[in-house]
Amino acid sequence: MKKTYKNLLLLFIVVILIAVPILVIKDSEFAGSDSLAEEAIPESYTPWFSPLWEPPGGETETLIFTLQGAIGTGIIAYFLGYMKGKAKNANN
Amino acid sequence: MKKKYLVLFGLVLVFMPKYANAMHIMEGYLSPFWAGLWTIVSLPFVILGFRNISKMVKEDGNKKILIALMGAFVFVLSALKLPSITGSSSHPTGVGLGAIVLGPSVMSVIGMIVLIFQALLLAHGGITTLGANTFSMAIVGPFVAFGIYKLSQKAGWKKEFSIFLAAAFGNLITYVVTSFQLAMAHAGANEGFMELLVKFLSIFAITQIPLAIAEGILSVIVYNLIAGYKEEGVLAYEKNI
Repeated sequence: MKKTYKNLLLLFIVVILIAVPILVIKDSEFAGSDSLAEEAIPESYTPWFSPLWEPPGGETETLIFTLQGAIGTGIIAYFLGYMKGKAKNANN
Repeated sequence: MKKKYLVLFGLVLVFMPKYANAMHIMEGYLSPFWAGLWTIVSLPFVILGFRNISKMVKEDGNKKILIALMGAFVFVLSALKLPSITGSSSHPTGVGLGAIVLGPSVMSVIGMIVLIFQALLLAHGGITTLGANTFSMAIVGPFVAFGIYKLSQKAGWKKEFSIFLAAAFGNLITYVVTSFQLAMAHAGANEGFMELLVKFLSIFAITQIPLAIAEGILSVIVYNLIAGYKEEGVLAYEKNI
Protein backbone atom coordinates (compact mmCIF):
# COMPACT_ATOMS: atom_id res chain seq x y z
CA MET A 1 0.00 0.00 0.00
CA LYS A 2 2.80 2.34 0.93
CA LYS A 3 4.25 1.86 -2.53
CA THR A 4 0.96 2.83 -4.14
CA TYR A 5 0.96 6.14 -2.27
CA LYS A 6 4.53 6.77 -3.31
CA ASN A 7 3.68 6.15 -6.96
CA LEU A 8 0.64 8.42 -6.76
CA LEU A 9 2.75 11.17 -5.23
CA LEU A 10 5.33 10.78 -8.02
CA LEU A 11 2.56 10.93 -10.63
CA PHE A 12 1.25 14.10 -9.01
CA ILE A 13 4.68 15.73 -9.40
CA VAL A 14 4.67 14.85 -13.12
CA VAL A 15 1.22 16.40 -13.54
CA ILE A 16 2.43 19.61 -11.90
CA LEU A 17 5.57 19.71 -14.10
CA ILE A 18 3.42 19.54 -17.22
CA ALA A 19 0.58 21.76 -16.00
CA VAL A 20 2.70 24.71 -14.89
CA PRO A 21 3.87 25.76 -18.40
CA ILE A 22 0.30 25.56 -19.69
CA LEU A 23 -0.99 27.77 -16.89
CA VAL A 24 1.92 30.21 -16.72
CA ILE A 25 2.78 30.80 -20.38
CA LYS A 26 -0.22 32.56 -21.80
CA ASP A 27 0.18 33.30 -25.49
CA SER A 28 1.82 30.17 -26.79
CA GLU A 29 0.60 27.34 -28.95
CA PHE A 30 3.36 25.05 -27.66
CA ALA A 31 4.51 24.20 -31.16
CA GLY A 32 6.90 21.29 -31.53
CA SER A 33 10.52 22.16 -30.90
CA ASP A 34 11.52 20.79 -34.29
CA SER A 35 9.45 23.35 -36.15
CA LEU A 36 11.49 25.97 -34.28
CA ALA A 37 14.66 24.17 -35.32
CA GLU A 38 13.52 24.44 -38.92
CA GLU A 39 13.56 28.24 -38.46
CA ALA A 40 17.10 28.10 -37.12
CA ILE A 41 18.52 26.23 -40.11
CA PRO A 42 20.29 28.64 -42.51
CA GLU A 43 17.93 29.81 -45.24
CA SER A 44 20.37 28.73 -47.92
CA TYR A 45 19.50 25.10 -47.21
CA THR A 46 16.72 23.40 -49.11
CA PRO A 47 15.53 19.98 -47.92
CA TRP A 48 16.29 17.36 -50.57
CA PHE A 49 13.61 14.91 -49.53
CA SER A 50 10.11 15.31 -48.22
CA PRO A 51 7.98 12.87 -46.24
CA LEU A 52 6.51 10.05 -48.34
CA TRP A 53 3.15 10.54 -46.70
CA GLU A 54 1.78 13.14 -44.33
CA PRO A 55 -1.38 13.05 -42.28
CA PRO A 56 -3.86 15.17 -44.29
CA GLY A 57 -4.50 17.42 -41.31
CA GLY A 58 -4.37 17.97 -37.60
CA GLU A 59 -7.28 15.64 -36.89
CA THR A 60 -5.77 12.66 -38.68
CA GLU A 61 -2.46 13.33 -37.00
CA THR A 62 -4.19 13.34 -33.62
CA LEU A 63 -5.82 10.02 -34.53
CA ILE A 64 -2.48 8.37 -35.28
CA PHE A 65 -0.80 9.77 -32.17
CA THR A 66 -3.73 8.56 -30.08
CA LEU A 67 -3.52 5.12 -31.66
CA GLN A 68 0.18 5.00 -30.89
CA GLY A 69 -0.45 5.84 -27.24
CA ALA A 70 -3.43 3.50 -26.99
CA ILE A 71 -1.57 0.50 -28.44
CA GLY A 72 1.28 1.03 -25.99
CA THR A 73 -1.02 1.51 -23.03
CA GLY A 74 -2.99 -1.60 -23.97
CA ILE A 75 0.15 -3.76 -24.00
CA ILE A 76 1.36 -2.38 -20.66
CA ALA A 77 -2.05 -2.84 -19.01
CA TYR A 78 -2.39 -6.38 -20.40
CA PHE A 79 0.91 -7.53 -18.97
CA LEU A 80 0.46 -5.84 -15.60
CA GLY A 81 -2.91 -7.58 -15.33
CA TYR A 82 -1.42 -10.86 -16.49
CA MET A 83 1.28 -10.66 -13.84
CA LYS A 84 -1.24 -9.77 -11.17
CA GLY A 85 -3.27 -12.84 -12.03
CA LYS A 86 -0.19 -15.01 -12.08
CA ALA A 87 0.85 -13.72 -8.67
CA LYS A 88 -2.61 -14.49 -7.28
CA ASN A 89 -2.44 -18.05 -8.58
CA ALA A 90 1.01 -18.55 -7.13
CA ASN A 91 -0.21 -17.50 -3.71
CA ASN A 92 -3.17 -19.88 -3.67
CA MET B 1 18.40 40.62 -37.41
CA LYS B 2 16.29 39.40 -34.52
CA LYS B 3 13.33 41.41 -35.79
CA LYS B 4 13.60 39.79 -39.20
CA TYR B 5 13.38 36.36 -37.61
CA LEU B 6 10.39 37.36 -35.54
CA VAL B 7 8.54 38.71 -38.56
CA LEU B 8 9.39 35.58 -40.54
CA PHE B 9 8.25 33.38 -37.69
CA GLY B 10 5.00 35.30 -37.45
CA LEU B 11 4.38 34.95 -41.18
CA VAL B 12 5.07 31.24 -41.02
CA LEU B 13 2.64 30.90 -38.12
CA VAL B 14 -0.07 32.68 -40.07
CA PHE B 15 0.34 31.07 -43.47
CA MET B 16 1.44 27.57 -42.73
CA PRO B 17 -0.72 24.84 -41.29
CA LYS B 18 1.12 24.11 -38.09
CA TYR B 19 1.73 20.46 -37.61
CA ALA B 20 2.85 20.41 -34.03
CA ASN B 21 5.65 17.95 -34.54
CA ALA B 22 8.04 17.68 -31.74
CA MET B 23 11.74 17.17 -32.27
CA HIS B 24 13.70 14.52 -34.21
CA ILE B 25 15.52 15.78 -37.26
CA MET B 26 12.97 16.47 -39.97
CA GLU B 27 12.83 14.57 -43.27
CA GLY B 28 15.32 15.91 -45.81
CA TYR B 29 17.13 18.20 -43.37
CA LEU B 30 20.39 16.28 -43.45
CA SER B 31 22.39 16.19 -46.67
CA PRO B 32 22.90 12.74 -48.23
CA PHE B 33 26.46 12.67 -46.82
CA TRP B 34 25.36 13.10 -43.19
CA ALA B 35 22.32 10.90 -43.66
CA GLY B 36 24.58 8.11 -44.93
CA LEU B 37 27.22 8.64 -42.26
CA TRP B 38 24.78 8.36 -39.34
CA THR B 39 23.18 5.30 -40.91
CA ILE B 40 26.56 3.58 -41.08
CA VAL B 41 27.37 4.57 -37.49
CA SER B 42 24.01 3.28 -36.21
CA LEU B 43 23.93 -0.01 -38.08
CA PRO B 44 26.26 -2.10 -35.86
CA PHE B 45 24.29 -1.17 -32.73
CA VAL B 46 21.01 -2.19 -34.31
CA ILE B 47 22.47 -5.50 -35.50
CA LEU B 48 23.84 -6.14 -32.00
CA GLY B 49 20.40 -5.35 -30.61
CA PHE B 50 18.68 -7.82 -32.95
CA ARG B 51 21.14 -10.52 -31.89
CA ASN B 52 20.57 -9.86 -28.21
CA ILE B 53 16.79 -9.86 -28.64
CA SER B 54 16.75 -13.21 -30.44
CA LYS B 55 19.01 -14.63 -27.72
CA MET B 56 16.69 -13.35 -25.00
CA VAL B 57 13.54 -14.65 -26.66
CA LYS B 58 15.10 -18.12 -26.84
CA GLU B 59 16.17 -18.00 -23.20
CA ASP B 60 12.93 -17.58 -21.27
CA GLY B 61 9.38 -16.34 -21.50
CA ASN B 62 9.77 -13.62 -18.92
CA LYS B 63 12.14 -11.77 -21.18
CA LYS B 64 9.52 -11.66 -23.92
CA ILE B 65 7.11 -10.00 -21.51
CA LEU B 66 9.69 -7.44 -20.51
CA ILE B 67 10.65 -6.65 -24.11
CA ALA B 68 6.98 -6.09 -24.96
CA LEU B 69 6.52 -3.93 -21.85
CA MET B 70 9.57 -1.76 -22.48
CA GLY B 71 8.67 -1.38 -26.16
CA ALA B 72 5.16 -0.32 -25.19
CA PHE B 73 6.59 2.20 -22.71
CA VAL B 74 8.61 3.84 -25.52
CA PHE B 75 5.52 3.81 -27.73
CA VAL B 76 3.38 5.56 -25.12
CA LEU B 77 5.94 8.16 -24.08
CA SER B 78 6.90 9.16 -27.59
CA ALA B 79 3.23 9.73 -28.39
CA LEU B 80 2.98 12.32 -25.62
CA LYS B 81 3.90 15.79 -26.74
CA LEU B 82 4.34 17.65 -23.52
CA PRO B 83 4.37 21.42 -23.14
CA SER B 84 7.48 22.91 -21.60
CA ILE B 85 8.67 26.13 -20.00
CA THR B 86 10.01 27.48 -23.28
CA GLY B 87 6.52 27.67 -24.76
CA SER B 88 7.15 24.85 -27.18
CA SER B 89 6.57 21.16 -26.73
CA SER B 90 8.57 18.01 -27.19
CA HIS B 91 8.31 14.45 -26.03
CA PRO B 92 10.00 12.03 -23.70
CA THR B 93 11.80 9.03 -25.21
CA GLY B 94 11.15 6.18 -22.78
CA VAL B 95 14.35 4.38 -23.73
CA GLY B 96 16.17 4.80 -20.41
CA LEU B 97 14.08 2.34 -18.41
CA GLY B 98 14.37 -0.40 -21.03
CA ALA B 99 18.11 0.14 -21.24
CA ILE B 100 18.39 -0.54 -17.51
CA VAL B 101 16.13 -3.59 -17.49
CA LEU B 102 17.09 -5.23 -20.81
CA GLY B 103 20.41 -3.67 -21.77
CA PRO B 104 20.91 -0.67 -24.08
CA SER B 105 21.30 -2.48 -27.42
CA VAL B 106 17.78 -3.93 -27.16
CA MET B 107 16.46 -0.38 -27.00
CA SER B 108 18.39 0.50 -30.16
CA VAL B 109 16.06 -1.85 -32.05
CA ILE B 110 12.89 -0.80 -30.22
CA GLY B 111 13.70 2.89 -30.57
CA MET B 112 14.35 2.47 -34.28
CA ILE B 113 11.01 0.71 -34.78
CA VAL B 114 9.19 3.59 -33.09
CA LEU B 115 11.11 6.10 -35.22
CA ILE B 116 10.13 4.24 -38.41
CA PHE B 117 6.48 4.22 -37.33
CA GLN B 118 6.55 7.96 -36.72
CA ALA B 119 8.44 8.72 -39.93
CA LEU B 120 6.03 6.79 -42.14
CA LEU B 121 2.71 7.56 -40.49
CA LEU B 122 3.21 10.93 -38.85
CA ALA B 123 5.76 12.68 -41.08
CA HIS B 124 7.64 13.02 -37.84
CA GLY B 125 11.38 12.63 -38.14
CA GLY B 126 12.08 10.94 -41.46
CA ILE B 127 13.45 8.03 -43.45
CA THR B 128 16.48 9.99 -44.71
CA THR B 129 17.18 11.12 -41.14
CA LEU B 130 16.42 7.72 -39.57
CA GLY B 131 20.10 6.92 -39.05
CA ALA B 132 20.78 10.18 -37.25
CA ASN B 133 17.62 9.99 -35.15
CA THR B 134 18.32 6.36 -34.27
CA PHE B 135 21.81 7.36 -33.17
CA SER B 136 20.56 10.09 -30.83
CA MET B 137 17.39 8.52 -29.40
CA ALA B 138 18.03 4.79 -29.66
CA ILE B 139 21.81 4.54 -29.21
CA VAL B 140 23.32 7.44 -27.26
CA GLY B 141 20.20 7.84 -25.08
CA PRO B 142 20.00 4.20 -23.89
CA PHE B 143 23.77 3.72 -23.58
CA VAL B 144 24.21 6.89 -21.53
CA ALA B 145 21.21 5.95 -19.37
CA PHE B 146 22.70 2.48 -18.80
CA GLY B 147 26.10 3.96 -17.90
CA ILE B 148 24.64 6.48 -15.46
CA TYR B 149 22.56 3.75 -13.81
CA LYS B 150 25.61 1.54 -13.31
CA LEU B 151 27.71 4.41 -11.91
CA SER B 152 24.93 5.50 -9.61
CA GLN B 153 24.51 1.95 -8.31
CA LYS B 154 28.27 1.73 -7.74
CA ALA B 155 28.08 4.93 -5.72
CA GLY B 156 25.54 3.12 -3.55
CA TRP B 157 22.63 5.43 -4.27
CA LYS B 158 19.06 4.19 -3.96
CA LYS B 159 17.81 2.15 -6.88
CA GLU B 160 14.85 4.42 -7.53
CA PHE B 161 17.07 7.49 -7.58
CA SER B 162 19.51 5.75 -9.95
CA ILE B 163 16.67 4.98 -12.36
CA PHE B 164 15.43 8.55 -12.17
CA LEU B 165 18.88 9.96 -12.96
CA ALA B 166 19.51 7.48 -15.77
CA ALA B 167 16.18 8.05 -17.53
CA ALA B 168 16.33 11.84 -17.13
CA PHE B 169 19.86 12.15 -18.50
CA GLY B 170 19.18 9.61 -21.26
CA ASN B 171 16.37 11.88 -22.38
CA LEU B 172 18.43 15.07 -22.16
CA ILE B 173 21.47 13.67 -23.96
CA THR B 174 19.27 12.60 -26.89
CA TYR B 175 18.49 16.22 -27.63
CA VAL B 176 22.04 17.39 -27.03
CA VAL B 177 23.13 14.90 -29.69
CA THR B 178 20.37 16.07 -32.05
CA SER B 179 21.65 19.64 -31.64
CA PHE B 180 25.22 18.57 -32.42
CA GLN B 181 24.07 16.63 -35.48
CA LEU B 182 22.15 19.59 -36.87
CA ALA B 183 24.95 22.05 -36.14
CA MET B 184 27.55 19.81 -37.79
CA ALA B 185 25.41 19.33 -40.88
CA HIS B 186 24.48 22.98 -41.34
CA ALA B 187 27.60 24.85 -40.29
CA GLY B 188 28.65 26.98 -43.20
CA ALA B 189 30.04 30.30 -44.30
CA ASN B 190 27.38 32.52 -42.74
CA GLU B 191 26.92 30.70 -39.48
CA GLY B 192 29.67 28.79 -37.77
CA PHE B 193 29.31 25.48 -35.95
CA MET B 194 29.36 27.01 -32.46
CA GLU B 195 26.77 29.65 -33.27
CA LEU B 196 24.39 27.05 -34.65
CA LEU B 197 25.06 24.65 -31.81
CA VAL B 198 24.08 27.27 -29.23
CA LYS B 199 20.96 28.03 -31.27
CA PHE B 200 19.84 24.41 -31.49
CA LEU B 201 20.72 23.65 -27.89
CA SER B 202 18.64 26.59 -26.72
CA ILE B 203 15.71 25.30 -28.80
CA PHE B 204 15.96 21.62 -27.92
CA ALA B 205 17.81 21.17 -24.66
CA ILE B 206 16.13 23.88 -22.56
CA THR B 207 12.69 22.69 -23.65
CA GLN B 208 13.71 19.21 -22.65
CA ILE B 209 14.74 19.88 -19.03
CA PRO B 210 11.31 19.63 -17.33
CA LEU B 211 10.36 16.81 -19.71
CA ALA B 212 13.51 14.90 -18.78
CA ILE B 213 12.55 15.19 -15.11
CA ALA B 214 9.03 13.98 -15.97
CA GLU B 215 10.44 11.01 -17.89
CA GLY B 216 12.72 10.14 -14.96
CA ILE B 217 9.78 10.07 -12.56
CA LEU B 218 7.52 8.09 -14.94
CA SER B 219 10.28 5.52 -15.38
CA VAL B 220 10.51 5.09 -11.61
CA ILE B 221 6.72 4.56 -11.38
CA VAL B 222 6.70 1.86 -14.06
CA TYR B 223 9.76 0.25 -12.51
CA ASN B 224 8.02 0.14 -9.12
CA LEU B 225 4.99 -1.56 -10.69
CA ILE B 226 7.16 -4.23 -12.31
CA ALA B 227 9.39 -4.69 -9.26
CA GLY B 228 6.30 -5.38 -7.15
CA TYR B 229 5.70 -8.53 -9.18
CA LYS B 230 9.30 -9.58 -8.90
CA GLU B 231 8.79 -9.76 -5.13
CA GLU B 232 5.82 -12.04 -5.66
CA GLY B 233 7.91 -14.42 -7.74
CA VAL B 234 6.18 -13.74 -11.06
CA LEU B 235 9.29 -12.35 -12.68
CA ALA B 236 11.80 -14.78 -11.38
CA TYR B 237 15.50 -14.74 -12.35
CA GLU B 238 15.53 -11.14 -13.50
CA LYS B 239 18.91 -9.85 -12.41
CA ASN B 240 18.26 -6.26 -13.35
CA ILE B 241 14.97 -5.75 -11.50
